[in-house]
Amino acid sequence: MQSAKQFTSIFGGVLVLFLVAPLIIRDTQFQHLMIMLLLFTTLSQAWNLIGGFAGQVSLGHAMFFGIGAYAAMAPLNQWGLTPWIGMAIGGLVAMVAAVIVGYPVFRLKGHYFVISTFAVAEVVRELFSNWDWVDGPIGLDAPLVEQGWRNFMFYHTKLPYHYTLLIFFAVVMFVAFRMERSRMGYYFRAIKQRPEAAQAMGVNITLFKQYAFIISAFFTAICGSMYGLYVLHIEPSTVLSLDISIKIVLIAVLGGIGSLWGPLLGATILISLQEYSRIWLGGTGRGIDLIVLGALIVIICVYEPNGIVGLIKRFSRKKRKA
Amino acid sequence: MPILEVKNLSMHFGELAALEDINLAVEKGEILGLIGPNGAGKTTFFNCITGFLNATRGDIFYKEQNITRFGPHRVCKLGICRTFQIVQSFNEMTALENVMMGAFCRHHLTGDAREKAEEILKFTGLQDKKNQLAGGLTLADQKRIELARTIATEPDVVLLDEVMAGLNPTETEEAIGLIQKVHEKGLTIIVVEHVMEVIMKISHRIAVFDSGELIVDGPPEEVVQDERVIKAYLGEEYHAES
Repeated sequence: MQSAKQFTSIFGGVLVLFLVAPLIIRDTQFQHLMIMLLLFTTLSQAWNLIGGFAGQVSLGHAMFFGIGAYAAMAPLNQWGLTPWIGMAIGGLVAMVAAVIVGYPVFRLKGHYFVISTFAVAEVVRELFSNWDWVDGPIGLDAPLVEQGWRNFMFYHTKLPYHYTLLIFFAVVMFVAFRMERSRMGYYFRAIKQRPEAAQAMGVNITLFKQYAFIISAFFTAICGSMYGLYVLHIEPSTVLSLDISIKIVLIAVLGGIGSLWGPLLGATILISLQEYSRIWLGGTGRGIDLIVLGALIVIICVYEPNGIVGLIKRFSRKKRKA
Repeated sequence: MPILEVKNLSMHFGELAALEDINLAVEKGEILGLIGPNGAGKTTFFNCITGFLNATRGDIFYKEQNITRFGPHRVCKLGICRTFQIVQSFNEMTALENVMMGAFCRHHLTGDAREKAEEILKFTGLQDKKNQLAGGLTLADQKRIELARTIATEPDVVLLDEVMAGLNPTETEEAIGLIQKVHEKGLTIIVVEHVMEVIMKISHRIAVFDSGELIVDGPPEEVVQDERVIKAYLGEEYHAES
């Protein structure tokens, strides 16, 4: 585990970087990249709480993401409700969904959790595709409303999105950091390594897995809301897709599963790859990022299962010895 | 009044009766040895008491409370903690963190748990290794850590499942010393062990299992003389020697 001092200095550095970067570099493509980077880092860190620390791999986080996106966009669209309330509702609904999925499954051992998260996410996607109130498969466009913080709509600048996401990023990082050194963090790691030994130590593993899932779902939904409000159009085949679920997982795997800095490192590589291949190659470049990513994942799996963070650790250990 | 009492306990896996009608009481402060051939049901017995298995029939009382249907974490919170036959260290945690996992049972703050764990590490003679990953330690040390984290849950009863299997004579001696030290703290101990010299030395009383049944229960000297025990477990040779 990283020392608190080390974490604070790196964390401080990263925050300052994200604070000043969009003020210095005014290029909108770069600003867009930064926003996506913050969004996916936060998402992946939220996933990391259950998937990385507690070792319960979820392949259905798109359901929480989608729930968050729809909860912010639909009431805004239909009633003009401020998306901040929608966002809170989305977070709560996602938490309830996490309980509904987790309650029956966390008593079982093995891979049932992975399978059920995947299945339930697909069910949720189908539900939204057939729900007339949210225009089914066509999805929702953000209405043309007065810009400003109440509606969280800004037509001439990306900065409010950037800074709001930066706050969420900081909150999730801080939560993960605090969690890692609390009793809960130790319990999560124990559950991941030896569930039975954890039980013998008095850990209610069903309950703690559920806690991890609920917290994770909440933050994922918040990110979903932010995404919807930023891209202004959501539909089931984007925000509720398996693509999203997998991308969240891949970022964490690439960066280093169950580590505090894994999501940021993974997202930096994956999101830059994705955005720049799209910017430079346009439509023809579609999928190139995934090809490169696939290769990276294979290399990571073969060479260092703990991702980039694992590589860094190995490298620094060698250096210390030399 | 016994601290732990098992009444008519049976555990069936389909047709197989792993435990059949076991009646056994353990007094506070006692060291009870459990012996028996492989497959006699000793580990199953532990699993039933600690809530890892749900007994088919019968009841388990701890301090007069019926704990038969309690899950493992509740049993631990009440004060019964166990080790595992096959060592179950948290490999990617340090020795200190392993013991902290036990200490968290009664101390919810990390600082308090660390303090408690340090104390236990000193008690078990592991303080030199506290920052090493448990997965990289020897079997003897891992078994010691497992015992340490068990004590760290501050139990009244500990169930030790072959904590000496695979240890060399020196390590076994050390382990015996440690168990006796734990006993001096006032803990009640049930110990499963195959090494007769060990079990004879530390137990106040020995219970012998065979094919899921409790065949003999008495003081060590009597048990080793018992015809049924010799036949089921010790073999004629041991009899001749003693």
